[in-house]
Amino acid sequence: MIRYIIRRLLVAVLLLAIISLVTFGIFFLLPKLAGQSTDDLAARYLGREVTPEGLAGVKAKLGLDDPFLVRYWEFVQGMFVGQEYKFGTSITECPAPCLGYSYRTNEPVFDLLLDRAPVTFSIALGAAVLWLLAGVTIGVISALKRGSVFDRASMSAALAGVSLPMFFTGLVSIWLICRQLKLLPTPRYHEFLDNPATWAQALILPWITLAFLYAAMYARLTRAGMLETMGEDYIRTARAKGLPERTVITRHGLRSALTPIITIFGLDIGLLLGGAVITETTFSFAGLGQLMLQGITRSDLPVALGVTMATGLFVIVANLVVDILYAVADPRVRLA
Amino acid sequence: MARKNDKRDDEMRDGTSTAPAGPADSRPPSSFLEVRDLRIHFPTDDGLVKSVDGLSFQLERGKTLGIVGESGSGKSVTSLGILGLHNRRNARVSGEIWLDGQELVGASEEQVRRLRGRDMAMIFQDPLSSMHPFYTVGHQIIEAYRIHNDVTRKVARKHAIDMLGRVGIPRPDRRVDDYPHQFSGGMRQRAMIAMALSCDPELLIADEPTTALDVTVQAQILDLLRDLQREFNSAIIMITHDLGVVAELSDDILVMYGGRCVEYGTVDDVFHAPEHPYTWGLLGSMPRLDRERSERLLPIKGTPPSLINLPSGCAFNPRCAYAELNGGKSTEERPDLRDAAPGHRVACHLPAEKRRQIWNDEIAPKL
Repeated sequence: MIRYIIRRLLVAVLLLAIISLVTFGIFFLLPKLAGQSTDDLAARYLGREVTPEGLAGVKAKLGLDDPFLVRYWEFVQGMFVGQEYKFGTSITECPAPCLGYSYRTNEPVFDLLLDRAPVTFSIALGAAVLWLLAGVTIGVISALKRGSVFDRASMSAALAGVSLPMFFTGLVSIWLICRQLKLLPTPRYHEFLDNPATWAQALILPWITLAFLYAAMYARLTRAGMLETMGEDYIRTARAKGLPERTVITRHGLRSALTPIITIFGLDIGLLLGGAVITETTFSFAGLGQLMLQGITRSDLPVALGVTMATGLFVIVANLVVDILYAVADPRVRLA
Repeated sequence: MARKNDKRDDEMRDGTSTAPAGPADSRPPSSFLEVRDLRIHFPTDDGLVKSVDGLSFQLERGKTLGIVGESGSGKSVTSLGILGLHNRRNARVSGEIWLDGQELVGASEEQVRRLRGRDMAMIFQDPLSSMHPFYTVGHQIIEAYRIHNDVTRKVARKHAIDMLGRVGIPRPDRRVDDYPHQFSGGMRQRAMIAMALSCDPELLIADEPTTALDVTVQAQILDLLRDLQREFNSAIIMITHDLGVVAELSDDILVMYGGRCVEYGTVDDVFHAPEHPYTWGLLGSMPRLDRERSERLLPIKGTPPSLINLPSGCAFNPRCAYAELNGGKSTEERPDLRDAAPGHRVACHLPAEKRRQIWNDEIAPKL
C-alpha cells in the first residue's frame, strides 16, 4: 500500500513537471504565433508611456528576449525559491512561490490566485457535496426501482439536466428566484469567515444550478453502476447469507458501484477547483475562472499561465487522492 | 443447538399465526425437507418461461440428493427457489417447500431471510465471482455469522478462523485477513464452504460446487463435503451436470429435463437400472476410463428445449430415439411420474417391459 502511494506520488510530480513545461511552452509560443514581437509585449506591460529605454528595461526585467529554456528555468526557480526582477537600479523581490506579475495590474499572480481561490473553492465544494448526495441517491433509487415512475421521471430530468447549458439554467434561476419571486437577493460573494450565513445564501443558487448539471450525470452513472453490480454473483451470495436487503444494497452493491464514480468525481472536482468559468461568469463571481478569462482576453500571459498551472495542480492532486482512495476501496488495485 | 431450536419454535408459532391458509391438504410433512409441486415461472416479453414446472421430492437429514440435468433444465432455479432468492416481482413461485415443518413459499420475505444462512445455506459454482472482491474472506464469514448470532466481532472472528481451519485452509489465523483474489480457486471454494457452514445450516445446497475447479481439487472438495456432512449431519442437495460427482456423493438422484423430474431414485436405481431414455443418454455421454479409447461417446442428439415453448407431450420426445414405439403417445400426452419400482419413479410412456428390454439389450452393453 505504501509503495503504491509513493509510486503514485512520483507519477504526480512527474506529471506536474510535464504540465508546467507544456503550458509554459504554449504561452511562450502563443505571442510569437500571433505575430507579436517581444517589443509589443513589453509595450503592453508599459502601458501608456512607451519609450525605447522603457521597452529595453522591461525586456531585460522580464527576460523577454531570453531563450525558451532559460525562461522556463527562471519560471521554475521562481516557484521554488523566488525571483528577482531588476529594472534599472530598482530590484523587485518576488518571493517563492513566484508566478510573475500581471502585465496589466502589476500585482503578483500568486496573490491574485490566493485572492480568487476562496470564491471558486466555495462554489465547487458546495456544489460537489450537493451533486454527490443528490446524484447518487437518485441513481440508486432509480436502479432499484427500474422502470418505475420515479425511475422514468428522474432519468428524464437527468437528461434535461445534462442537456441544459449552465448559463441558461443559471440566468433563468436568477431571473425567477431573485427578480420575480424575490426569494433571495441577487447573488454576491461574501467571505465565509465574515458571515457563514450570507456566504451560503449568496452561493445557494450557483450551487444548485451547477449541482443540477453534475447530479444529472452522476445519477445516470450511479444507476448504470448499480444495475450492473446488483446482478453480480456476490450480491446473490450476500442475499444467500441472509443479509437484510438494505445491507445488501449499501455494503455490497453501492460499495462496488461507487468506486468508478470516485474516479470521475476526482476529475470533475479538480477541473472545477481550477475555475468554474461559466458559473462564475453567469453569477458574476470573481473566482479563478473569471481571472483566467481576463488573463486570456487581455493577453495577460502570466495570469493565464498562473491559473492554468493552478488548474493542472488541482486536477493532479485530486487524481492522486482518487488513486489512493481507489486502492483503499478496491484491494485488487494495490497490486497493480 | 438448543438455543437455535428455541428460536425456530418461536418462528414457527409466528409463522402459523400469520401465514395465509394454504390448500386443504397442506399438512406439515414428516420429512426434513419436502418440496411439493414446485413451480417457478418467469413472465417475459416473449412469453412465460416455465423454468420449474411441478417438481416434488423429499430429503432427510444426513442424506444427499443429487439433481442432474443439462443447462436450462431448472436445476439452479430450483435451488434458488428453495432459498427464496427469486425476486418476487419477476418470478412466480407456487407449490410448497417445507423445511423442518415450516412452509417457505407462503412465508414472508423476512421470515425466509431469517432462515437463509442459518438453517439453509448455499455454495455457488464460481467462488471468485461469488465472493465480494472488496472484503476480506474473514470479513465475509464474520458477516454471515453475525447476522444470525448475537456475538461480538472478536468471537465471530475466532469462529471464522475456526471454520477456515475446519475446511482445511492452512494457517487460517493469517489467511482470514486475505482477500478472495489472494486465494487459489480450491481455497476460495473451501472458504465459500466455511462461510456457508458458519451457522451450522441443516440444509446445504451446493450448486455445481466443483465445476470451476481442477480435477484434483474437485475430489478434495467432495471429500470435504462428505466429511462435513458426517460431522454436521446436514442434508445436502448437490446440483450438477457431472454424473461422476453425483455418483460419488449422493444417496438419491433426481434427473431433471425441461423443468420437470423425469426420473427419481436411489443411486443404485439410476446408475444400474435407469428407466428413462434421457437418463440413458446422460449415462452414454459420460466418458469412462474403464472402456476402450476407440469407443465413441454416445451424445444425446439435439439441444435442450426452449422453456417458453416446450414440445407437446413428453418434453424429451423430439430427441428420444424410442418415441416412435408408442404410436404417437409421446407427442400427445405428458407422461406422469410413476413408480417403476418401490421408490424409483420415472416419467415415460414406454411400457415397463419394453424399457427394461431396451436397457438390457441395447444400452447397458454399450456403456
